[in-house]
Amino acid sequence: MKLVWTILATALLLACGDKAQTLGTPAQDTSPVTGTGKAYTVGGWKQGDKASWEAQLKARAQYGQNDYSRVD
Amino acid sequence: MARMKFICDSERCIECNGCVTACKNEHEVPWGVNRRRVVTLNDGVPGERSISVACMHCSDAPCMAVCPVNCFYRTDEGVVLHDKDVCIGCGYCSYACPFGAPQFPSQGTFGVRGKMDKCTFCAGGPEANGSQAEFEKYGRNRLAEGKLPVCAEMCATKALIAGDGDVIADILRNRVLKRGKGAEVWGWGTAYGSKQAGQPAAPGVKS
Repeated sequence: MKLVWTILATALLLACGDKAQTLGTPAQDTSPVTGTGKAYTVGGWKQGDKASWEAQLKARAQYGQNDYSRVD
Repeated sequence: MARMKFICDSERCIECNGCVTACKNEHEVPWGVNRRRVVTLNDGVPGERSISVACMHCSDAPCMAVCPVNCFYRTDEGVVLHDKDVCIGCGYCSYACPFGAPQFPSQGTFGVRGKMDKCTFCAGGPEANGSQAEFEKYGRNRLAEGKLPVCAEMCATKALIAGDGDVIADILRNRVLKRGKGAEVWGWGTAYGSKQAGQPAAPGVKS
């Protein structure tokens, strides 16, 4: 009987324990420079090449959004 | 490359909601969630303006500061993203965000608040680029496809412009010089600091 009470008391005390609450590390994302390796990717840049990706986005921002570049 | 940024040129926005529709369609955003919306300022008053608002991917993002589970991260391009596997849907980011960007889908019978959803600058999430898992959680990863956010690319009047901060600030600067007005950019100071778009950066300061 004593053993049962000991086990029960131990179980109750364990239930009162608190788990450590630590923040996880922020997620690790893959750079968009690596591309998707699929269709729908725009041509004119090489997947994995950071310089060509940056040049592609800068060029796209200009010809897609700067309408004054098409006006005299 | 400078940081990725949004500019909404209120002189050009015609409140067509094309950006909102394009975003919902591209990312298959569920009912009740709008990652982007168009807001009218001074509605009905002469000189009213409309602007398109979403997550601005702030330089010093308050959502990142208040998140109790550290689910946010910033990419090398300055895009603020979050990990839905870590998010607990507490809503703190919603209170902290000055743009009202975080959205919470209702789930289940009692409409329990789900995990946060917001604009990703069309850059997906932590899953593999272009994967089905990434698409289902965050939508399409257009940056990894060599494209810019669909809301800006679909904008009929080019009021909403997105991309490298230096490039888009230069586009706006050129517009302001040509038309001689409309240099004020709503939200720019709040998101990226006190410097207005279209003004030269202080020496030695990266935009």
